[in-house]
Amino acid sequence: MSIDMQQFNAVFFEEVAEHLANMESLLLDIDVASPNIDDLNAVFRAAHSIKGGAGIFGFDDMTEVTHILETLLDRLRKEELTLTSEMIDAFLQAGDILAEQKEVHQEGGELVDEDKIKSVCRLLETLSSDDGEKAEEPNEIPQNVVKKDKSISFLAPVDDDITSLFEELSQFGQLTSHSEVTDNMKIWLLQLNDCSATDEELIDSISFLAEPDSIKIDGVSRGDQAESFGFFDEQEEGDSSEENFGFFDDDKESQEVIEKKEEPQESFGFFEDESPKEKKAAESKQIASKEVVETEQGFGLFEDEKSAVKEKPSDIDPRPYGFLDGREEENVKPTAKPKKEVVKRTTNKPASTGETSIRVNTEKVDQLINQVGELVITQAMLMQISTELDVSEHDVLLNRLTQLERNTRDLQESVMSIRMMPISFVFGRFPRVVRDLSSKLKKKIELRMVGDETELDKGLVEQLADPLTHLIRNSIDHGIEMPEHRIANGKPETGTITLFAFYEGGNVVINITDDGAGLNREKILDKAKERGLDVSDSMSDNDVYQLIFSAGFSTADQVTDVSGRGVGMDVVKRNIHGMGGQVDIHSEAGIGSTISIRLPLTLAILDGMSISVAGQIFIIPLTLISESLQPLAEDIKSINGKGAVVKVRGEYIPLVALHKLFNIDTEITQASDGILVLLESNNKKIALLVDQLEGQQQVVLKSLETNFHAIPCISGATIMGDGTVALILDVAGLISESD
Amino acid sequence: MAKHILVVDDSVSIRQMVEVTLLSAKYKVTLAKDGQEGLDKCKKEKFDFVLTDQNMPRMDGITLVQSLRGLPAYQRTPIVMLTTEAGADMKAKGKAAGATGWMVKPFNPAKLLELTKKVLG
Repeated sequence: MSIDMQQFNAVFFEEVAEHLANMESLLLDIDVASPNIDDLNAVFRAAHSIKGGAGIFGFDDMTEVTHILETLLDRLRKEELTLTSEMIDAFLQAGDILAEQKEVHQEGGELVDEDKIKSVCRLLETLSSDDGEKAEEPNEIPQNVVKKDKSISFLAPVDDDITSLFEELSQFGQLTSHSEVTDNMKIWLLQLNDCSATDEELIDSISFLAEPDSIKIDGVSRGDQAESFGFFDEQEEGDSSEENFGFFDDDKESQEVIEKKEEPQESFGFFEDESPKEKKAAESKQIASKEVVETEQGFGLFEDEKSAVKEKPSDIDPRPYGFLDGREEENVKPTAKPKKEVVKRTTNKPASTGETSIRVNTEKVDQLINQVGELVITQAMLMQISTELDVSEHDVLLNRLTQLERNTRDLQESVMSIRMMPISFVFGRFPRVVRDLSSKLKKKIELRMVGDETELDKGLVEQLADPLTHLIRNSIDHGIEMPEHRIANGKPETGTITLFAFYEGGNVVINITDDGAGLNREKILDKAKERGLDVSDSMSDNDVYQLIFSAGFSTADQVTDVSGRGVGMDVVKRNIHGMGGQVDIHSEAGIGSTISIRLPLTLAILDGMSISVAGQIFIIPLTLISESLQPLAEDIKSINGKGAVVKVRGEYIPLVALHKLFNIDTEITQASDGILVLLESNNKKIALLVDQLEGQQQVVLKSLETNFHAIPCISGATIMGDGTVALILDVAGLISESD
Repeated sequence: MAKHILVVDDSVSIRQMVEVTLLSAKYKVTLAKDGQEGLDKCKKEKFDFVLTDQNMPRMDGITLVQSLRGLPAYQRTPIVMLTTEAGADMKAKGKAAGATGWMVKPFNPAKLLELTKKVLG
């Protein structure tokens, strides 16, 4: 039987991400002065769970970090230490490292910098022992830390001189030793405190002298065969298996171990009250083999009162596990094995798993969405055909078709909702960003988040993270003023950044508002002139503010690592456009700025207006259409070499004729004969000449890039009710085409 | 009839791993995500063996063991605690609560089956 442990990795990684996010938000909310013990417990549990899983699934680097994290947290929740903000910082850093380690395991890539890990671990350890009453109990010495105490045992020929080995080992840490002679061999028991060497290094040193199979470090056999995971099975093969895990045998092993002054390192055990074999166990003490037995057992049975305490280190031995005290055995009372009396009775009632959610591969969801999309199209085709049927003759069929339409819509909505995620998934990271950055810049900032339960497409949520982070960093760096500056201007010392998400029509709007200084009109104009942009002092505020979206634009006086490199707002704008959204900016000097992001609810379905040119249907995203009109001939002006413009309520708007752009032969070539659709994106407008409007409808987006290749001014395609393919116009592309 | 095992752990991945492992050995498995859910399930049906984590939200493993030992049907049922701490303290607590034994995390599937076979015979 073998179980592929990798099959659990994906679930584990998700779990880790959840625990880390949970841990971070708890840490950020904790009141350092009077921490809530429940919160500390919850943080501890998160670290603990990561450690447990990391251990089982073999991510030892993560086990190591969580172990140290957990040690400190444990002391905090037991109120042995008082929480400080340095600790919170250290916890956050450790969380970052864990996230990176997880990322490396999940996605591959470069390993997390060892020094970085070590420095955080050391920081945590220092904090853990800060109060000067560092726990003396060996039990509390972290097992997997950089420096640790190791117990080493091995067999070597009696005559061998091992002083050179001792010298070598002394370099790694503080060495104490004792030995026992058996036959012609000597059993060496070494204790190496504050050991800086890895087990492998120790083995390298020792194996020159010792019998290779006899080397044990911290009770774990380090002979060749024991290096794999299979030591447990091997042990079974070596011994008669039934005896290995019984309480009696446990005891026998313990007895053997007493002989060898070696504590078995059990990893499971049983508590039992009676053991008729106990006496035998005592006898077996005399006949116990002289060989050092494999004691890494994995589990065991608790047999009596004493066995519960037998793991305790004896007073004279500082080792984490200690030697067994023989006198404990005399108190052993014979008892019966309760496991023999287990009531073997089960019911056939099916068990509910109690899960309220399941994890599904997004590919499956996408496939489902696609198939529902096809279903919607087929249903639309049926509807179209049905319009040609005689209503009185086919009334039942038509009724059922209407019902089908309703059911299909419901199904589509339900399926689409699977992909919906609350925006809190992105918002959740911002308290940390604000905290880190504001302390770096010595500003006081409060972050408010409203409407973080607003849901939008998973794909959009993921893509939102970068642009939003950028905008928030900008608000912190450029928007919010220094505390003294704010006070001087009669503002509260602490600035506020508000993230506000809400639905508006078929869109999700996210506003990032700060009560900072607002955009500096003069500064932007100066920079724009410096960069040779086409600007004038008479430009409207809004036009001036739009300039910050031009490539490479930055008004920062000096480039810092926070912002100012000018690779910002244009990228934000491009990202948001790529998601089918729009960015707007409003700002008032001295009062603050709001950046508004407007996104479609989902990437997969679009509210469209279908228009036609010479019978060909095109779809325009409805959100980008501001109005449609039939122009008068005298409102059309052609400009030499620059095409034509149309005058709409005194404003001249560039005119783009779709038939010319796509080389379509149509009878309508004059704007006054057709329809002008006014499109607006990024505060720029164009008037698109089309033959006629066909109607408004929801369309399922199909990517052209994945099925064909990208085409300028076309953002995708869809299948219409009659089965024909219609192209969806890329409005932002059309507008830049007109420039 | 297949022995029915209740696995109580707050970690999805560990629950899954234990479940897959036990299923592979033809045991019947029921999962619970914390002590409270475990206890509720034990009240509804009788399991042959309970494997429980120690550190969980709502109700921890020790409390679950204590509560189960208070139920007539679970006086003698083997209950093994999965724990990352195998210190004497934890063992004393486990024993006092009435647990049959403990198994240290991390463990691998082979070890888990070893233990299970040992417990269920």
